[in-house]
Amino acid sequence: MIDLSVNFGGIKAPNPFWLASAPPTNSGYQIMKAFEAGWGGAVWKTLGVPVVNVSSRYGAVNHRNTRMMGFNNIELITDRPLADNLREIEEVKKYFPDHAVIASLMVESRAEWEQIIKDVENAGADGIELNFGCPHGMCERGMGSAVGQEPEVLKTIVSWVKEVANIPVITKLTPNISDIVPPGLAALQGGTDSISLINTIKSIVGIDLDTYAPYPIVDGKGTNGGYCGPAVKPIAMNMLKDLAQHPEIGKIPLSGIGGIETWRDVVEFILLGATSVQVCTAVMHYGFGIVREMDAGLRQFMEEKNYTTIYDFAGKALPNVTDWKHLNLEHKVVAEINPDKCIGCELCYISCDDGAHQAISLSDDPLNRIPSIIEENCVGCNLCALVCPVEDCITMVKKDDGTKHTTWHERTLNDDVPVTFDDDRAGGKGHFVPKPTDALKN
Amino acid sequence: MAEYKKPKSEAEFENNFKQKNPLMNDTEAYYEASRCLFCYDAPCIQACPTSIDIPLFIKQIHTDNITGASKTIFDSNWLGNACGVVCPVGVLCEGACVYNHQDVPPIQIGRLQNYATNKTIDAGKVIFKVGESNEKKIAIIGAGPAGIACASEARTLGYEVDIFEAKEKPSGLTVYGIAPYKITNEEVLKEVEYLQSQLGFNIKYNTAINSKEELKSLEDKYDAIFIGVGLGKTRDLGLQGEDKENVIGAVEFVEELRMKHHKLNVPKKVVVLGGGNTAMDAASEAARMGARKTVLAYRNSKEKMGAYGFEYDLAISAGVDSLFNLTPLAILGNGKVDGVRFAKTEMVEGKLQTNINNTFIVRCDMVIKATGQAKQGHLYDLIDDLDIDEKTRIKTNDEFQTSNEMYFAGGDAINGGAEVVNAAYDGKMAAQGIHNWLTKK
Repeated sequence: MIDLSVNFGGIKAPNPFWLASAPPTNSGYQIMKAFEAGWGGAVWKTLGVPVVNVSSRYGAVNHRNTRMMGFNNIELITDRPLADNLREIEEVKKYFPDHAVIASLMVESRAEWEQIIKDVENAGADGIELNFGCPHGMCERGMGSAVGQEPEVLKTIVSWVKEVANIPVITKLTPNISDIVPPGLAALQGGTDSISLINTIKSIVGIDLDTYAPYPIVDGKGTNGGYCGPAVKPIAMNMLKDLAQHPEIGKIPLSGIGGIETWRDVVEFILLGATSVQVCTAVMHYGFGIVREMDAGLRQFMEEKNYTTIYDFAGKALPNVTDWKHLNLEHKVVAEINPDKCIGCELCYISCDDGAHQAISLSDDPLNRIPSIIEENCVGCNLCALVCPVEDCITMVKKDDGTKHTTWHERTLNDDVPVTFDDDRAGGKGHFVPKPTDALKN
Repeated sequence: MAEYKKPKSEAEFENNFKQKNPLMNDTEAYYEASRCLFCYDAPCIQACPTSIDIPLFIKQIHTDNITGASKTIFDSNWLGNACGVVCPVGVLCEGACVYNHQDVPPIQIGRLQNYATNKTIDAGKVIFKVGESNEKKIAIIGAGPAGIACASEARTLGYEVDIFEAKEKPSGLTVYGIAPYKITNEEVLKEVEYLQSQLGFNIKYNTAINSKEELKSLEDKYDAIFIGVGLGKTRDLGLQGEDKENVIGAVEFVEELRMKHHKLNVPKKVVVLGGGNTAMDAASEAARMGARKTVLAYRNSKEKMGAYGFEYDLAISAGVDSLFNLTPLAILGNGKVDGVRFAKTEMVEGKLQTNINNTFIVRCDMVIKATGQAKQGHLYDLIDDLDIDEKTRIKTNDEFQTSNEMYFAGGDAINGGAEVVNAAYDGKMAAQGIHNWLTKK
């Protein structure tokens, strides 16, 4: 019997599908609708200081026929009166006592923090999320990512909050830093119960070619927005991994955020150590109903793998994510083209010849458009398989017998690394490269 | 079974002759363009008689560079807009699309092409540049696709160009001879107008060239002459009763249809003789004009028909019936046609034989002969030293130059009857041939 319920650092929810603090959690109406649709938790759109929003707030990156592959916004925290939000939190909890309602907060002074924590606790919130991530607008006033980028400040505020809070505290981090560990560690040292990441990434999604203004355009001007959506998922997963693998930070619960749209995304985040996931862009694109696909897919995956709870596989990919120096240098794969599946687009040929290692050749017969792999040139880079539009047409076939295993790390320890470029142990030596003038043939 | 009611108004006519390749809207074009794989050494380019850089123009459509896409298209094919809808794309570019090997529908290249050029033409974008004048003049006989393409290319090379057209409209068969569901008159004419307005070649309408004196005068006034006269009237079959009323050639039938639309009267029962694409068109058109029964009659088996499969299917879907292995012996009727006497045919030792003992009559009120057009031999006879082949096609070299070095030729006049796209290619290349010849001279 599959049980999707989670206890995320003291915050209980019927499932790990939570709405991230964002426009979809702006009101009790939306959150009740989301819970009805199947979401297990919601982080309320950030409550805090009074703000004024601009008109024209969102921008998008479309790729080929995919709309909103990337998305950005310049919207600030909630502009609804605090009293309205508090009343609605209370109302939602009345209808959904078992769902997680988390109040995202962002204020400046210690006194303001203490007051607002009291307010949301009185309203019945199950937890608090500290918004140290917002990279637009609020950071110009010293809040949001301005805090997330200063570990000392971050630690101080977390400790203020922890001193007064009676409900669990999640610290939400910004990715707009070069290393996620110091802010993660600061949150931990401040006493946070858990961490969520990532918030949005500073971005310009496009420029209008007639007015020369960046999107979204506000009366002829624009500003950097916060980037999110499917495009940011790889960045989010890497940062999640950095925290999950950290010997201390990895011990507290992590909530994964960043481009999650499908059950596969959910499973991947869980495999990298997340025990709840937060979603925004997918809902802004497709509505709350998108959770149906995540829920069904996650259950199917767990059923097939014989898992009962998400904790059975949380972090299961972490041991396999390592440093480059620990990768097996003896591993060898070579591309293989299935001629029965090949449709003759020759993208593998041109991508390899122009973009990689010149290891694919074309037939001399103009009617035969099936390229061939030049095995001795193939470094097993995967590029051809990645560009091939046909599923399973190009596969990477293992060529080593699996008996040998050496890594750069081991070789360094054994003093067995190349020291000059013509050292026999150097990579690339003897690898086939056409003469420069071969480019001028035809 | 008649599928179509007799059209009584222009609106009903348009409904019966709905465009087979309707204009794409922006969204459809965007999504369709996004599917293109941008193949290396793309098979679609290889399959295009004019070698349009198809993956490039599709990418340009996708990036909303419609003007750029149109430049790419017109750069290779001066009749890119018409070709987008009239080309038999299934056997050309789209037939070569690699998606066909994946059981995925090929990219709708023709419609994308037509989408881009239509937008550019409608916006009146100026994309062509007349070449610096070299003070030389070219005369073109025939304002069909070959002539228009030759004129356009020649203008970019700096030549003065006068086209002599026998009819009152330009575009030749594209406007007079193609089935109305493939392209409308307006669409054909606006492309020529677009080219002419930017490139400034002259067209003299209702000016047939058919005397030695006229040719002599052209030879005196111009530096080179291009023959783009296409084919002539439908050939006589030499059948008894062929001169009866309502016996008409397919080319003449289509021309009347394209000019008169719903005002053309097509009677109840129509027999179409032939098995080529023109026969399919004529049959399909008769059915769409409300003929209650349209019968295609082809002398050989279905498999031997010259028509593309999709053209046959289109005729069948319009409600056309077909009869195979029969040949007409005589056209019957008292003044007006009222039937055709056929004899069965059969293959005997690899040869098609008429079985004169097995004859029968198919009753009808109209006979359309789609059995081939005559060549413009009378004109060729007037030109000194002009070599023609055994099928009365003008012989040309790789530069589209004829045996009389002043004359160049292209289109149906040299290939005996092919697609608009072939004529467009010939015309363009002939202009380059003329340029090479005059430059060397």
